[in-house]
Amino acid sequence: MELLKDKWPNVVNTLTIGATKEEGGTRSAVVKCAGEEGLPFLFEEGKIPNKPVIAMEIFDIAPDDWPDTLANAYGSILNSPVDWAIKCEKEFKADLLCLRLVGAHPDTKNKSADEIAKLVKTILQSVGIPLIIVGCGEAETDNKILPVCAQAAKGERLLIGEAAQDNYKTIAASCLADGHSLIAQSPIDINIAKQLNILITDMGLPPERIAINPTVGALGYGLEYAYSIMERARLAALSGDKMLAMPFICFVGNEAWRAKEAKATMGEFPAWGSQLERGILWEALTAEAFIQAGADILVMRHPKAAQIIRKHIEELMK
Amino acid sequence: MFIIGELINGMYKDIAKAIASKDKNIIQQKAMAQIKAGADALDVNCGPASSDPVHDIQWLVSSIQEVTDKTLCIDSSKPKVIEAGLKAAKNKTIINSTTADEDKLNILIPLAKQYKAKIIGLTISKKGIPQNKDQRLELAALILGFAQEQGLSPDDIFLDPIVMPVNVAQAQMRDILDSIKEFKIISEPAPKTVVGLSNVSQGASQRGLINRTFLVMAAANGLDAAILDPLDNDLMDAAITSDLVLNKQIYCDSYLNAYRKK
Repeated sequence: MELLKDKWPNVVNTLTIGATKEEGGTRSAVVKCAGEEGLPFLFEEGKIPNKPVIAMEIFDIAPDDWPDTLANAYGSILNSPVDWAIKCEKEFKADLLCLRLVGAHPDTKNKSADEIAKLVKTILQSVGIPLIIVGCGEAETDNKILPVCAQAAKGERLLIGEAAQDNYKTIAASCLADGHSLIAQSPIDINIAKQLNILITDMGLPPERIAINPTVGALGYGLEYAYSIMERARLAALSGDKMLAMPFICFVGNEAWRAKEAKATMGEFPAWGSQLERGILWEALTAEAFIQAGADILVMRHPKAAQIIRKHIEELMK
Repeated sequence: MFIIGELINGMYKDIAKAIASKDKNIIQQKAMAQIKAGADALDVNCGPASSDPVHDIQWLVSSIQEVTDKTLCIDSSKPKVIEAGLKAAKNKTIINSTTADEDKLNILIPLAKQYKAKIIGLTISKKGIPQNKDQRLELAALILGFAQEQGLSPDDIFLDPIVMPVNVAQAQMRDILDSIKEFKIISEPAPKTVVGLSNVSQGASQRGLINRTFLVMAAANGLDAAILDPLDNDLMDAAITSDLVLNKQIYCDSYLNAYRKK
């Protein structure tokens, strides 16, 4: 039987994160992601020039809601973001890091913009892999801290997040000014994803410097819904919609480790088996599904889950 | 909807004057204005006043290619002029057009093949303009059969049902719309369909309203392409919104703007 192959008129943009010394930064290597000419891993339909990459997520302050099974993978370095970053690079072989700036939130440590920017610089000095930074999620605070971080890391070509439909101007302007790229976040809504990309590009930021965070749900918590949104956006992108032709970044760890199935102890649900194994698999399986939906950057938490997915990606790329 | 901008045509005074004085700025401005408004391709026609259409079409094609790589629709009733245009073209091309007459098909279909051009087939012949749907389908099948025999794929053919002015041929409008739908089932892969839109409102008042109403109705019947004035903003808005309703574009609040930026 003849294999029916689609030929797509458009490609997904290639996003470059990090800049080497020659390019004005200090990274030892850059990460290129996306650039697909077809649907995930259908090598017969078009080139898949870059594999999906894994960004390991680190926090500027020790996370207080992680289950022990996740926290134990890092131990005391959770209190030292620089050591945490180094471990992710050296020991866990992360492609890049995603630093979440929780400590800036008024409800946590209320850290100043300068304090945060200093940490970003120190981490950049301590590791060679590229960096994603994500604010604390509180719009007013993020609008204060992210521009200062962007300026402190000028030339490093960070990926900075997150812009949303009701709060994108400040952060888009500072990405534009300091040569960084931007995460555009939409609440599992393809229409808002497209609209936000239009708004951001209208400000002058090139489409090649935007990543879409479609907002995902973990296995059992709306995964299928996010999957279908991503699939529809990717099909539109490949068919010619330039305002959806951006790489996807999926915050898999953040979602998976909130699931009851990942957190509940064996005491609570003896029939569910080992809590550690269960949590790792929950994150890995969530990641695996989104890889098939077109995820280009996976932000992950447990090193074992990341290891499983890295191996899986290598298999898929063969 | 694949939009073919109709404004580079020597029947318009500014274009005729630009051709006569070889002022390529005017041509290039007209090309870019249409593309900015959302045109996917540009019709290129020297018009009736040109004394040397073979040379003029080449000058037009070269001038336009300096500013855009969009598809060019080489428009003439003379095969010699069409060939001259195809020769000069580096961009993708569409031949506009052949009728369903064998003498024309014999020349133009091989040209389409030679120059890897698509071709518009008018469902009209020396016997005259078709008066109903069946006559249109018969001529469409003749064009497609001929083209396929010569090795063209049906999806390289744009079939034109011949749109009549609504104030002249009101009774034919339903047949014309049905033809657009039924052309698609003549072959596999299906041919594409196109209309020269402005004819529908020829001689009528309310031309803009008639054009865009017909276009939307034709789109609902599966029309793939239209030759029209892309600078008619209301018309383009209607075309873009048709794509939206037919789920060919993903909605967002700025969908009109997004389409034109594509």
